Amino acid sequence: MATAVQTVERENYLNSNYGIKSWLLTTDHKRIAILYLISITAMFWLGGFFAMMIRLELLTPAGDLISSDTYNKLFTMHGIIMVFFFLIPSVPAVLGNFLVPLMVGAKDLAFPRVNLLSWYLYMAGAITALVAMVTGGVDTGWTFYTPFSTTYSNTHVIGAAIGIFIAGFSSILTGLNFIVTIHRMRAPGMTWRRLPLFCWANYAAAIIMVLGTPVIAITLLLVALERAFHIGVFNPQLGGDPLLFQHLFWFYSHPAVYIMILPGMGVISEIVTCFSRKRVFGYEFIALASIAIAVLGFLVWAHHMFVAGISVYAALVFSLLSYLVAIPSAVKVFNWTATMYKGSIRYNTPMLYAFGFIGLFTVGGLTGIFLATLGIDVQVHDTYFVVAHFHYVMVGGMVMAYMAGLHFWWPKITGRMYPEAWAKLSALLVFVGFNTTFFPQFILGYMGLPRRYHAYPPEFQVLNVLSTAGASILAVGYVLPMIYFVWSLRYGKEAGPNPWNAVGLEWMVPSPPPTHNFDETPVVTWEAYDYEHQPQEEVTVGH
Amino acid sequence: MWKNLPLFPERASALAWQVDGLYFLLIAVSAFFTLLIFALIFVFAVKYRRSVHPHAVQIEGSLPLELAWTLIPLGICMIFFAWGSLIYFQEARPPKGAMEVYAVAKQWMWKFEYENGQRDINQLHVPVGRDVKLIMSSQDAIHSFFVPAFRIKMDVLPGRFTTTWFRPTKVGTYHLFCSQYCGTDHSGMIGQVIVMEPAAYQAWMSGGASSGTLASNGQQLFQQLGCATCHRFDTQGRGPNLTGVFGKPVLLEDGRTVIADENYIRESILIPGAKIVSGFKPIMPTFQGQVSEENLMALVAYVKSLAQAQQKGAASDNSSVPDTPNSQ
Ligand code: HEC
Ligand code: HEM
Ligand SMILES: [Cu+2]
Ligand SMILES: [Cu+2]
Repeated sequence: MATAVQTVERENYLNSNYGIKSWLLTTDHKRIAILYLISITAMFWLGGFFAMMIRLELLTPAGDLISSDTYNKLFTMHGIIMVFFFLIPSVPAVLGNFLVPLMVGAKDLAFPRVNLLSWYLYMAGAITALVAMVTGGVDTGWTFYTPFSTTYSNTHVIGAAIGIFIAGFSSILTGLNFIVTIHRMRAPGMTWRRLPLFCWANYAAAIIMVLGTPVIAITLLLVALERAFHIGVFNPQLGGDPLLFQHLFWFYSHPAVYIMILPGMGVISEIVTCFSRKRVFGYEFIALASIAIAVLGFLVWAHHMFVAGISVYAALVFSLLSYLVAIPSAVKVFNWTATMYKGSIRYNTPMLYAFGFIGLFTVGGLTGIFLATLGIDVQVHDTYFVVAHFHYVMVGGMVMAYMAGLHFWWPKITGRMYPEAWAKLSALLVFVGFNTTFFPQFILGYMGLPRRYHAYPPEFQVLNVLSTAGASILAVGYVLPMIYFVWSLRYGKEAGPNPWNAVGLEWMVPSPPPTHNFDETPVVTWEAYDYEHQPQEEVTVGH
Repeated sequence: MWKNLPLFPERASALAWQVDGLYFLLIAVSAFFTLLIFALIFVFAVKYRRSVHPHAVQIEGSLPLELAWTLIPLGICMIFFAWGSLIYFQEARPPKGAMEVYAVAKQWMWKFEYENGQRDINQLHVPVGRDVKLIMSSQDAIHSFFVPAFRIKMDVLPGRFTTTWFRPTKVGTYHLFCSQYCGTDHSGMIGQVIVMEPAAYQAWMSGGASSGTLASNGQQLFQQLGCATCHRFDTQGRGPNLTGVFGKPVLLEDGRTVIADENYIRESILIPGAKIVSGFKPIMPTFQGQVSEENLMALVAYVKSLAQAQQKGAASDNSSVPDTPNSQ
C-alpha cells in the first residue's frame, strides 16, 4: 500500500488544479503568494532598469545621456516602484503570505478572499501607476514634496498618487489578515512565546500597515485634490502650509521604513537559528524589539525635517526619539550574533545572505545614528549620504533578507532545490557589488553632493564611476538567481519536506505543501527553535 | 592628496571644525561596532563550523548581556545627542550684529540682495571673518541653501522667511547647491559663495551700481503703497507707529505676546488679520499678490531699520517719515 502511494504523484497546492482561472480566482494563501512573487519580481526588474539608467547617466559629470526631465522622472519612478510596489509587499506579501498560516498551524489566513482582494488592489494600484508612467511619467521624487507636486510639476502626479493610494489598501488588508490570523488561528499549544520570530516580526509590521497606511492614503489624496481643484491645503499662495505635507508624509513613511525591515528581520531570525542549529539567543528580547520598533517608529517622523524650518525644540525631541528607535535594532543584531556562539554552523546560501544582512544592516543602522545627530544631519541631509544610508538598510538589509528567505523556503514553495554553488556565487556578487555601489556614496554625501542631481561638479566623478561599476556587479548578482530559480523548477533536485532539517511547523508538511496545509491540526508542545530535540542532521542535500 | 579625488569637503567656516569633530567621533564609534560585529560573525562562523563543532550548545540568553547592549549604546547615543544638539543650536541662532543678506530662491536661480541695495545672481560675496546672516524665501517650490564647505543647510520656503548664518574663515570660492529637489533644473540651481578679504570686499561693494540701499527702497515702497497713511511716526495714525517695533515683543488683541521678527513683519503685511496688535482695529488691507518677494524684503528691511534707527537715538519725533540710517 505504502509503495503504491509513492508512485502516484502526491497532490499539492500547485497541482491540485490547473488553468489560469484556478490561479486568478484562488483563495489559497500559497497561490496568492506566488501571484505576488511574480508581480513584484516584474516590478523589481522595472525599477532596476530605471536604476541602471540613472547610474549610467552619472558616469559623467555633465548631464549628457538623457535630459534633465527624463532623469527626474527616472529617479522618481525608480523610487515609487521600489518602495511601494516592490519592497513594502516583498517579504510580507510573498513569504509572509505563504508562511504565516503554515507557521502558526492554520489552513489558511483568516480571510482568504480578502487576501485575494488585496492582490487585486495591488495590481490595480500598480497598473494605475504604470499607466501614469507610460503616458508621460512623474517627476516629483517618491516623496511628492509640496508645493512642487501640487503646483509646479507638469507631470502625471495625480495618476501616480492614485496608484499608490489604491495599493495602500492592499497593504492594509494584508496587515489586517496577519493580525487576525496570528491572534485567532494559532494551533493548539502555539502560545505567543512559542511563536516563530518571523510571525512576531510580520505581526509588528502588520500593525504599522494598518495604522500608518491610511495616513499616506489621505495625504496623497489631498495632493491630488489640491492639484486638481486648488483647495489650498499645502500651497502658501492658496493659504496652505507646505510643511504640513512633510509632517503627514513622514508620519507614514518613517514607520513604512519599518514595514520594509521588520519582516526581513523575522527572516533572519529563522535562518540564523536553523544554520547554527541553536535556539535563538534572547527570544523575548527579539520579539519585544519588534514591537518596540513598531511603536517608537511612529514617534520620529520629523527627523526627516531637521532643516525644513521646524523649531529647534521640535528638532531636539525628534532627534532624541530617533536614537531610541535605533536601540531595539541594535539589540536584534547583538542577539543574532550571540545566537551563533557555540552553534554548529553551516554555510548554505540563506546563511550567507543572512551574514550579509547582519553586516550591512549594522552599517545602515549606524549611519542612521549619524542622521539622527542634529549637527551632522544639517550637512548630510538631502545628499548622497542619505541615499547610501537608506540603501544599506533597504537593499543591504531588506532585499538581502528577502533573497535569504527566498532561498531558504524555495524548497518548501516549489519542492525543488536551487543549485547551491551558483547561489553562493550570487550571494557573493550581491555583497561585493552592493558595497562598491553604495559605500562611495557616503563619502560623496559628506563632501556635499546633493541627491537628485542630474549633473554634478567634476570633482565628484571618480566615486560616481566606482558606484556605477558596483551597480553592474550587483545587477549580475540579481540576474543569476532569476535564472537558476526558474531552471530549478524543472531541473532542481527534489527537496523533500525538510531539506535543512529545520524546526517549525512549515517543515513538517510535505514540499510543496498540500492545499490545506495540514491533514490534521498540529498540536505544538515545543518552543520555537527547539533544535536540541531535533534529530541531528541527515543531510539530504547541499553542503 | 590625489588632486582628482578629494574625499573630504573643504573647511571654510567657524563651525566646520565642530561638525567634523563630531563626524570623526561617529565614524570611530561606528567603525568599532561594525568591526566588532564582523569579527564576531567571522570568528563564530569559523570556530563553530559544523565540521569541527557538530553539536551546538543550547543557550537561552542572558539578561546582563541584554542590558549591556541596550544601555551602553544608549549611553553613547546620548553623547552624540548632546554634541549634535549643541552644534544645531549654534546654527539656529545668528550672532547679534551679523551682516544681513536677503536671498530669494526661484526655479532655478538664487538672487541675493545686500543691505546697500546691491544685487547678485547665483553668487554671494562675503568678507572673510564677518558673521553673515541670510534671510531667505522662495517664490515657488521649496529650495534649500547648502554650502558644504560651511557645513550649513537650510530649506528656503515659499510664504515665509527662514534664516541661517555662517562665519567664513577662509578666502576662496565655494559651491552653493540647491539641495531640495525643485524640478527640471534642480541640479543647475547652483552658484558660488565668494569669500573675500575685507578690503577687496569693500572695493567690490562700492564698484556695484546700486539704486539706493535695501531699506531706502523699502522706504519708497512704504510711501507708494500707502502704508505711511496709516503708520505714522506719532501716535495719531490708524495703525501702530512702527518705530522700534522690530525685535521687540508685541502685545496682541487676544492677549498673546509675540516677538516681532522677520516672519511676523512678513505676515503682518500679507495676512494682517492673523495677528491683531492690541488696541487697534483689523482694518489693515492685505498686500498679498501686490508685493513681489523682493519688495517684501525691502519693506521688511525698512521696518527693521526703523528699530535700529531708534536704538541709535536717531528717530525723529515729528510726524514726517524719518530717514533711514545709511548702511556702512
Ligand atoms: C488702512 C490702514 C493701514 C495700511 C494702509 C497699512 N496698515 Fe499696517 N497696520 C494697520 C493697523 C490698524 C495695524 C494694527 C492691527 C493689525 O495688527 O492688523 C497694522 C499693523 C501693521 C504691522 C504690525 C505692527 C506692530 O506693531 O506689530 C506692520 C509691520 C504693518 N502694519 C506694516 C504695514 C505695511 C508695510 C504697510 C504697507 C504695505 C501697511 N502696514 C499698510 C493699518 C494699516
Ligand atoms: C536604525 C535606526 C535608523 C535611524 C536612527 C534612521 C534615521 C534616519 C534619518 C534621521 C533619516 C533622515 C535623513 C535626512 O533626510 O536627512 C533617515 C532617512 C531614511 N531612512 Fe533611516 N534610520 C534608521 C533605519 C532605517 C531603516 C531600517 C530603513 C528602511 C528599511 C530606513 C530608511 C530610510 C529612508 C528610505 C530614508 C530617506 C527617505 C528619503 O528622504 O527619501 N532607515 N533615516
Ligand atoms: Cu525616518
Ligand atoms: Cu532645487
